[in-house]
This record gives sequence, C-alpha cells and structure tokens, in this order.
Amino acid sequence: MDAKRESEPTAMKDRTTVERKSERELVVTRTINGPARIVFEAFTKPELLRRWWVPKSSGLSLLSCDADVRVGGRYRLVFAHGASKPMEFYGRYIEVTPHSRLVWTNDEGDDGGAVTTVTFEEKGGKTLLVMHDLYPSKEALDASLAGMEGGMRETLEQLDELVVTLGASAGRS
Amino acid sequence: MVQYLRTRLDDSFAALSDATRRGVLEQLGRSDASITDLAEKFQMTLTGMKKHVDVLEGAGLVTTEKVGRVRTCKLGSRRLEEETAWLERYRQLWDSRFDELDKVVEELKRKEKIYGRKKRK
Repeated sequence: MDAKRESEPTAMKDRTTVERKSERELVVTRTINGPARIVFEAFTKPELLRRWWVPKSSGLSLLSCDADVRVGGRYRLVFAHGASKPMEFYGRYIEVTPHSRLVWTNDEGDDGGAVTTVTFEEKGGKTLLVMHDLYPSKEALDASLAGMEGGMRETLEQLDELVVTLGASAGRS
Repeated sequence: MVQYLRTRLDDSFAALSDATRRGVLEQLGRSDASITDLAEKFQMTLTGMKKHVDVLEGAGLVTTEKVGRVRTCKLGSRRLEEETAWLERYRQLWDSRFDELDKVVEELKRKEKIYGRKKRK
C-alpha cells in the first residue's frame, strides 16, 4: 500500500529555474547535491571553476580562466567560439563571504554591466544556489539576453530597426 | 539553441527580402486583413498570397487565425516569443553548467571522504 512513492522521481526534473523578476533582474536557482563549503570552493578556485563553467553542449571552449577571489580581486574568462573572435568576460569581486555569498561585477559591456550576487544556502547537506543579476537598465538586460551568443545582438538590433522602420512607414498613409 | 536562433533570423531576413512581403507587413501595420483582402490589394492569386503569408508566419512576423472560412492575418508577436526563447536558452545553459558543477562537487565530496577534510587544501 505504502510501498509506491511515484511522485518523487519526477520532482528532481528540471531543477534549474530562470525568472525575470523585474525589468532589470534575472534570477537563476538550482539545488546542488553537496554542502555549501564545497559548492563555494567550486565557485572560487579557478581550476575547479573552469571545469564546469563552460558546458560542452554550449559549443564554447575556455581559453583561459583567472579568478582572484577576494574583495577587489579581478576575474577574466576568455572563450573561443568556432572561428569567431574570442569573447572576454571580466570584472571584479565586490563581496566575498565564505560559503554563503559572492558578489561580482560584469565589466565587459560598453556601459555599466550587471552586478551578480550568488547566495549559497545549505539545507540537509544540499545547497540552494540563487544567482541574481541586476542590470543597470531594462535595455541592458534585453540586450544581454539577445546577445548571449555574441554578435547576435547587433544582428537583432538591425532586424529590430528594420521592423521599426517598416512599422513607421506603415503609420504614414 | 544557437542554431535555432540563427535559423529564425535567417527566416526573418528571407521574409523581409521580398517587396510584396514588406508591403504586406506595412498593410498589416495599418489593420488586420484576410488573405483575400491582401490578394486583392496586391493583385495576386489567393495561392500566391497564401505563400507569402506562410513565409511571414514561419518567420514569426505575422500570425494568422482562421474563423469560419476566413483566415485573418495580423502582425506577429516576434519580440515576446523571442524573449521566451531567450530565457529558455539561458535556463538550458545554466542547467548544463550546474550539471557539470554537480559532478565536480561529487568528486570533491568523494575526495574528502578518502583523504579527510584537513589534508585537502
């Protein structure tokens, strides 16, 4: 009678959630099967970070990964993507609280980039990760989503302009 | 997903490369219209206009709705669809990232069990 607990296995599916909390905020959550101490280590040691930050399925490869994880310390990640120019992501850590909180800036954009806050919350040997990106404007978040694959942003903007132009000329009668 | 987005863009550019289709978009910017209306306006056969509308619909620039025997066309909600697609793509990126992180954490946990917490730096 009580032997079957059918609902449990499916509860583990699709554990990563993404939500646009507001025009300027994007939040990613996921529970990792390990204590906060170890998960924090995987975020803060470059030799560990480089092993998971670039999944094989993304089509990217990591050329270099430097991270000086302390307040004011810098990080720089360089990716190769097919034949196109390598992409660089860099910024500095503005808050480092061992095993519970990391805050860094994303400075590769033209104007102010997003600030990323990661919290590590341990419960029963597992860690709930919450990654919160706060962008300076709605447009910056839109552009970041659109430009995730690098170079696509420009293309989309061109397309948008074209559609807007068409819309405007349709308005004139 | 990269491929998916690229395909969508190719579709959009292909759709916009034709003067009649640009005209149809302009027309729909003024008001919704049936395929029959559009065919008349652009002096085309129904079949010809239907082909153009199919291309525009495939690119997400136009949506159509059939009520009774009339298919009404309106400008598509490309932006909204794209935002949803982008968020899903972003979620998938993080999902695979975290799957890799899970593996690294498993390995660190195993090592800790074998060597103990103190010895491992």
